[in-house]
Amino acid sequence: MKFRTFTRHLREGSKNIFRNGWMTVASIGAVTTTLILVGVFLAIVFNLNEFAKNIESDVEIKVLVDLTTEEEDVLALGEQVKQVEGVENVYFSSNDEELQNLIESFGEEGRAWQLFEQDNPLNHAYIIQAEDPQETERIALEIAEFDHVYDVNYGQEVVDKLFRFNNYARIVGLVLIAALVLTAVFLISNTIKITIIARSTEIGIQKLVGATNWFIRWPFFVEGLLLGVLGSIIPIAVVLIGYNYVYENVANQINIGFVELLPFNPFAWYLALVILLIGATIGVWGSVMSVRKFLHV
Amino acid sequence: MILMEDVHKVYPNGVTALNGINVEIKQGEFVFIVGQSGAGKSTFIKLMYREEKPTKGKIIINDIDLNQMKESRVPYLRRQIGVIFQDFKLLPKLTVYENVAYALEVIEESPRMIRSRVMEVLEEVGLKNKARMLPAELSGGEQQRVSIARAIVNRPKIVIADEPTGNLDPETSWGIMRTFEEINDKGTTIIMATHSKEIVDSFKKRVIAIEDGVIVRDEQRGEYGYEI
Repeated sequence: MKFRTFTRHLREGSKNIFRNGWMTVASIGAVTTTLILVGVFLAIVFNLNEFAKNIESDVEIKVLVDLTTEEEDVLALGEQVKQVEGVENVYFSSNDEELQNLIESFGEEGRAWQLFEQDNPLNHAYIIQAEDPQETERIALEIAEFDHVYDVNYGQEVVDKLFRFNNYARIVGLVLIAALVLTAVFLISNTIKITIIARSTEIGIQKLVGATNWFIRWPFFVEGLLLGVLGSIIPIAVVLIGYNYVYENVANQINIGFVELLPFNPFAWYLALVILLIGATIGVWGSVMSVRKFLHV
Repeated sequence: MILMEDVHKVYPNGVTALNGINVEIKQGEFVFIVGQSGAGKSTFIKLMYREEKPTKGKIIINDIDLNQMKESRVPYLRRQIGVIFQDFKLLPKLTVYENVAYALEVIEESPRMIRSRVMEVLEEVGLKNKARMLPAELSGGEQQRVSIARAIVNRPKIVIADEPTGNLDPETSWGIMRTFEEINDKGTTIIMATHSKEIVDSFKKRVIAIEDGVIVRDEQRGEYGYEI
């Protein structure tokens, strides 16, 4: 395509945008609504995924040693645990240390537990991290079979629940977004249909004097693309400003270790790019549908 | 050159428009197509610039077999054929100049070539001084000249006109016909469907009469032949 022709298509396509008035507004509005929801949804899903990943990598196995175990058996158990396949490191936490942690975790009220310092009812514990978090469950079950093991705790269930929740959220979100995308595509294709009908004389003359089919189609693709891209401006602004706000304000308030939002840069910019691409795709898709159906070239 | 062999056309609604047409038109001929309304004249014309496809039969235009031509080649066929209609089909918002230039713009000619060629053609049809006017500011005859200018601006080998004088008064029609003659004198084939007995009878050109989808008469230096 010659550069001259290319600029002509751009010119014609943008003229059509203004010719269609309210239909253009409706299409852009539909794309805008869709993309705002897409943006919010993607931001949530990606962050939930990140949370789950963070928790998973923090998952520890806590092996409680029987109260009656002799000291040398406690040490032997430690050695035995280290030999288990997939264990990355093992940390021994004595019952005194466990009590100290317990007291600290309760803050002011933890003082009540200080009574037990003379007669510690807690178990010694081994804290184990797996090389691969997915292996946590297998390792825990294996260790639970060892002698002198009172109990084995691990956080796998929490992670599993979070992943399951993520999956549900994703399915619901995707269905909702698919419906919105289809609505937007439909509105865009209708807008372009109106252009095609309004310009049928012109198209007829173009065909008559030998314009190629692609020459006739291009302005309509440009129109669709512009509708999609214009519809993505507000959503991009909403995502950038909104995410920045949440990241700066909310994220600092809740500081629970694993709840750490993806940093604004680059995440919000990637999100903006994705929104722009989805907008453009919706636009082109809508125009392709109309052009195929109503433009008989 | 145009060649049709045993051409049939049945429309999807079951109407048979053409029922075995055989004809050969040589380069540079001037041919009138006559016949009653609904006889198949318009279909005959539409087949030539591939607006319609034949149901059966062979059509060759300038050595191209239209049955074997790819769909994507149709625009290039049309660049060799200028088409003119009774209702002019001009774009109302474009000036005379722009309407003619449009035909060259959409086939991606260079701006410099477009400028010189459009002025040349407007001079040929006698509208050079009205280049900046809108179609609505012109008379019917002048509008038809614009559409002729648009049809020939691309130097086609064949010009097809479907009742080009149908909306014009007799005097204006003569002017248009003289323009067609001039175009024909330069070697362009002219095929013109018409209902005008005066024009056909006084021009003494080849006349092809179509009735019920078949050619019933094909005469060199023929006459209109129907009572009005």
